[in-house]
Amino acid sequence: MKTEIAIIGAGPAGLAAAVAAYDAGVKDLLLLERDAAPGGILQQCIHNGFGLHRYGEELTGPEYAARDVAEVRKRNIPILTETMVLSVAPDRTVTAMNRQNGIFTVEAKAIVLAMGCRERPRGALNIPGDRPSGIYTAGTAQRFVNIQGVLPGKEIVILGSGDIGLIMARRMTLEGAHVHAVCELMPYSGGLNRNIVQCLRDFDIPLLLSHTVSRVHGNGRLTGVSVAEVDENRRVKPETERYIPCDTLLLSCGLLPENELSKGAGVPLDPVTGGASVNERRETAIPGVFACGNVLHVHDLVDFVSEEAHLAGESAAKWVLSGAAGHAERSIPVRAGGKVRYTVPQRIDSPETPVRLFFRVGSVADNAVLTVKSGQTVLAAKKKRRMTPGEMESFELSPAVLCAAFDAGEPLTVSVN
Amino acid sequence: MKTRELTCIVCPMGCTLRVELTDEGEVAAVTGNTCPRGAAYAKDEVLHPVRTLTTTVRAAGTDRPLPVKTDRPIPKEHLFDAMKRVNSLQVEAPVRIGDVLLDDLFGAKLVATADLL
Repeated sequence: MKTEIAIIGAGPAGLAAAVAAYDAGVKDLLLLERDAAPGGILQQCIHNGFGLHRYGEELTGPEYAARDVAEVRKRNIPILTETMVLSVAPDRTVTAMNRQNGIFTVEAKAIVLAMGCRERPRGALNIPGDRPSGIYTAGTAQRFVNIQGVLPGKEIVILGSGDIGLIMARRMTLEGAHVHAVCELMPYSGGLNRNIVQCLRDFDIPLLLSHTVSRVHGNGRLTGVSVAEVDENRRVKPETERYIPCDTLLLSCGLLPENELSKGAGVPLDPVTGGASVNERRETAIPGVFACGNVLHVHDLVDFVSEEAHLAGESAAKWVLSGAAGHAERSIPVRAGGKVRYTVPQRIDSPETPVRLFFRVGSVADNAVLTVKSGQTVLAAKKKRRMTPGEMESFELSPAVLCAAFDAGEPLTVSVN
Repeated sequence: MKTRELTCIVCPMGCTLRVELTDEGEVAAVTGNTCPRGAAYAKDEVLHPVRTLTTTVRAAGTDRPLPVKTDRPIPKEHLFDAMKRVNSLQVEAPVRIGDVLLDDLFGAKLVATADLL
């Protein structure tokens, strides 16, 4: 099989990238999706709050996905569902399999990586104690409740205050379960403010900051968890430990970009984001291989995923239409400094168009000052009352700033102090 | 004069709002908001809090539930009563996204948010 652009994953990122690539002039596209239907995780995110930026209205996940799917269908872009991509080669050959075709290859001129992310699993958390059933990631519980129509438990404790955990605290409560507490290791929540208000405070569910699950108990099925406060080094304070009887523990402890395929293709990753290192067009270090959405870095809002995917899809189309040629002659690395943990993009290849830099801080910054420096020279600065790790920030670099940076030829450093 | 502190949920900014209430329970002033929507939210939230309900209904002939929502927010105190009514409902295919499944659920319509074909 041959195609101009192969897009791996038909979640919000893949769908938006496909539409953008098509509209930019490449009509021969192929979406590969392992699930039975397109839409990705939006299918199980039945709550609302999606689309405020993109559509100016609040949609539920399935409604947001339906709009993207309709746009893809309107353009007759093929989606191969129940198709698992096994590998991506650096020469942009994709090996995949499904029931109809067995194992097959797709030779593509460009590839858009849009595989999304996964939840940090129980095995990565090292919680001491027994190994009973009844411990799920919040997203697994969400799938049980919203797609399979079953409630995984009645007496719930949630570890981690990521958005999916908060959403599931409300969802399980509405369906008749009792959520005892949400424990958060950090002194602040990783979830959006509106979710803390609407999902926890509305139902008087305690949010225990600087707390963790110190032990799980149960032989066969979970019977309870020990929760304890942690000190400033995130170590359990044994004297604060207390027992909460429960039958279900949900884990909402962070999302990890799913880059097994990217690694196999030799795409260099950013150790902080866990996603590819890209330029301002979302092109990885391998020419013709682009990445967007949560496989690149974990976003707070799907609206921003769609926006980034639009850029990546359009860039992939331009790459194909320009004869799949060349790499930037000069490139300026972008580095994170101060409280900034990472930036996307990690390098800028052209000073000609404005570039919006996305970044996250590693700890809460009040009365924050953001500076963009080229070497020791401050090129731009901005004040903000509050920045938190839970919310992605962005800052636009004008062509004037970029030209100054390219003239100086030194890396750009983005820092918050 | 009483003061209530709220976190605004109109958008992801999450502004901290302070609402001053008169002794008669009326809103005297809202501060801390960065947009007019925030002030409106603060007033509504203090006087009559409402929420959009999103949940699922049973669908005949399949284990997979159909996602639904209220087409406008309903009074917060009726969320659990609304859940009871929604959970007693069963729909049959075909249902199209946007189809009305209940005409009056505490002042809102219950609509499908996905297709059931």
